[in-house]
Amino acid sequence: MDFNLIINQAVTQGLGVQAVIFALAAIGLNVHFGYTGLLNFGQAGFLAVAAYGLGVTVATLGLSFWLGIAVGLLAAVVFALLLGIPTLRLRADYLAIVTIAAAEIIRLTARSVTLRDIFGGSDGLNRFANDFYALNPFGSGLAAGPLTFSRNDLFVVVVGWVLVALSCVLVFLAMRSPWGRVLKGIREDEDAVRSLGKNVYSYKLQALVLGGVLGCLGGFIFSVSSQSVQPDNYSTDLTFFAWAALILGGAARVLGPVVGAIVFWFLLVLFDVALSEAVRSGLITFIDGTQVGQIRFWILGASLMLLMIFRPQGILGDKRELAFDVK
Amino acid sequence: MALLGVIAAGLLLLLSPAAQAAGGTINGTMLDPEGEPIAGVVFQVSDEAGFAETAESGPDGKWSVEVPGSGPYTVVIDTGTLPEGVTLTDPEKTTLTISLLSAKRTVSFPTGEDTGSSESTLDRFLQLSVDGLVFGLVIALAGVGLSMIFGTTGLTNFSHGELVTLGALSTLVFNNFLGLPFIVAAALALVVSAVFGSLQDRALWRQLRKRGVSLIAMLVVSIGFGILLRYVYLFFFGGSTQQYASYSGQAGIAIGPVDITPKVLVGSSVAITAIIVTLLWLGFSRTGKASRAIADNPALASASGINVERVINVVWTVGATLAGLAGILYSLSVGVNWYEGFQILLLVFASVILGGLGTTVGALVGALVVGVLIQVSTLVVPTELKTVGALFIMIIILLVRPQGLLGRAERVG
Repeated sequence: MDFNLIINQAVTQGLGVQAVIFALAAIGLNVHFGYTGLLNFGQAGFLAVAAYGLGVTVATLGLSFWLGIAVGLLAAVVFALLLGIPTLRLRADYLAIVTIAAAEIIRLTARSVTLRDIFGGSDGLNRFANDFYALNPFGSGLAAGPLTFSRNDLFVVVVGWVLVALSCVLVFLAMRSPWGRVLKGIREDEDAVRSLGKNVYSYKLQALVLGGVLGCLGGFIFSVSSQSVQPDNYSTDLTFFAWAALILGGAARVLGPVVGAIVFWFLLVLFDVALSEAVRSGLITFIDGTQVGQIRFWILGASLMLLMIFRPQGILGDKRELAFDVK
Repeated sequence: MALLGVIAAGLLLLLSPAAQAAGGTINGTMLDPEGEPIAGVVFQVSDEAGFAETAESGPDGKWSVEVPGSGPYTVVIDTGTLPEGVTLTDPEKTTLTISLLSAKRTVSFPTGEDTGSSESTLDRFLQLSVDGLVFGLVIALAGVGLSMIFGTTGLTNFSHGELVTLGALSTLVFNNFLGLPFIVAAALALVVSAVFGSLQDRALWRQLRKRGVSLIAMLVVSIGFGILLRYVYLFFFGGSTQQYASYSGQAGIAIGPVDITPKVLVGSSVAITAIIVTLLWLGFSRTGKASRAIADNPALASASGINVERVINVVWTVGATLAGLAGILYSLSVGVNWYEGFQILLLVFASVILGGLGTTVGALVGALVVGVLIQVSTLVVPTELKTVGALFIMIIILLVRPQGLLGRAERVG
């Protein structure tokens, strides 16, 4: 058992690219669910349309990286509108079903053989972020204590955390504005807000767009960090991980999703690496290497259940501020 | 709940196949154009590292080669060993390059004329419609249960797909690993499903109802529960798709232009019977009526002397059994894998929404429509996109008629 390796891996990844991706996805979900009470189970779809918007613009069409970012953002807005217009007038659980279906539609379409020339099939697209890495101001990687990042990773991680910080500031300012208070009002009692003459439908749609755009930043980080976009990375599991991060950190709190993403990813990696070390060194013999990776999903499933039942407000949250009245 | 998990895990551990060896298997079944096995065909499997081995197909047409591990392999068929008059569909394709990712990989060398293009569109339409009806029955079995549970408890159960998988996996365990006849295996699998449904309600959902956990929180719990179950299945059964030992290579019989295997024909009859019995039970039996009363107004039902918790438990048991049957039937044609239930869950939701959430007849009608639609759509839509079409239709239906085809309108917002 190499305890140094275990700690180093957990710390590096808990502050690394994966944590950034989940933090951004969960910040978006927080706007949807935490503040407005919308059950979006298709967050992976927002990340996917952004990543593919970027990938297709650069890798397929050969246009510039920054135009790709603009296309990705636009794609996220359009996706939010397409999702929201049919479903936001309906009951909450319909939105859950439709969003999960919409994210699957995106994934299945992107991986189809027919559209291979555009989206690259199940292999996806790659090498489209050279323009981004050309801007890298860091001369070398980072090796400080347990933290180790390569030169390129360091750049992505720094940009990622800056985006997380900016998103948090934006959410903070938005939610204390009158606009944000209307959203919270919708979460608490839709009919009351409607009776005050507010257009609830339009507010919900705006919240869906805002949360989607914030979440789609995670898609950019995901695709840029690996210089590739593959459809199966954007499966429903991605959405569920973001949900777990949000609920663990605390919904309806500005920093909830960030804390949740860091803690959840740290614990997952800690457990993962410790387990594979134990298997490798022969301490545990009844499971093999591939099965270790599956146990992470047991933790995901069990933590979603247990958090929801025993501590729905998570680490930072406030029970009175939850979209579901839990007694 | 913890106890339930331990029991389930223990049960699976007990029944799971021995841990996988490091190597893998490449295999196949050599069939002539009539679907009869061909013996004595020679295959050579090799890789770049110098591994090379040959295999000969047995009297049942089956051949297999043990390989050292995952990676790319080249499979060559020796066409000289094919019997007189049998040729490959694509004579150029005597060499296949494959990559072995899981423990097992099946490769096929089709023989005879390419039949796909010679069929008329009408024949294809009929064949696809029948395939669609069979698939629709699978979705209906799952959907009726989902709809019943939603009707009585209000729970949108995202772990319903795992009940479907449970039926298929238990049948596989009883049939393949314990060697029981298929009918016995399937019957035992239904018992497992029923018991699991009942236990699940008692240990988990009833406790949550008692605590007053809101429906949305329960929805999230069901998602977590589904993920947990799915990866427990994967852990114990592995990622490959396996066929039931019985009836695996059954030849189809032709009814007019339509080709259907006897096992699917029998399975579909059982499914139709099960659905009719369930609908009659809901309509006319005491418990069935009580469950509809609860769906309408739980408080009033309780006040009029109905034991609400008992009825809900029966509904869970019946719903889980129907889902298990759906899994058994589905896997007759597509094989058993760990995520098959989750794969069709969205289609189940789509059909239930199409028919009207909470109405049982609606779930049946919606499922048949979705099933036929998906299959027939492959006439114009690429096969890998057929699910996308069905999900699109669900969204359109929500836009124009959110209560579904048979549901009652309900004003929301």
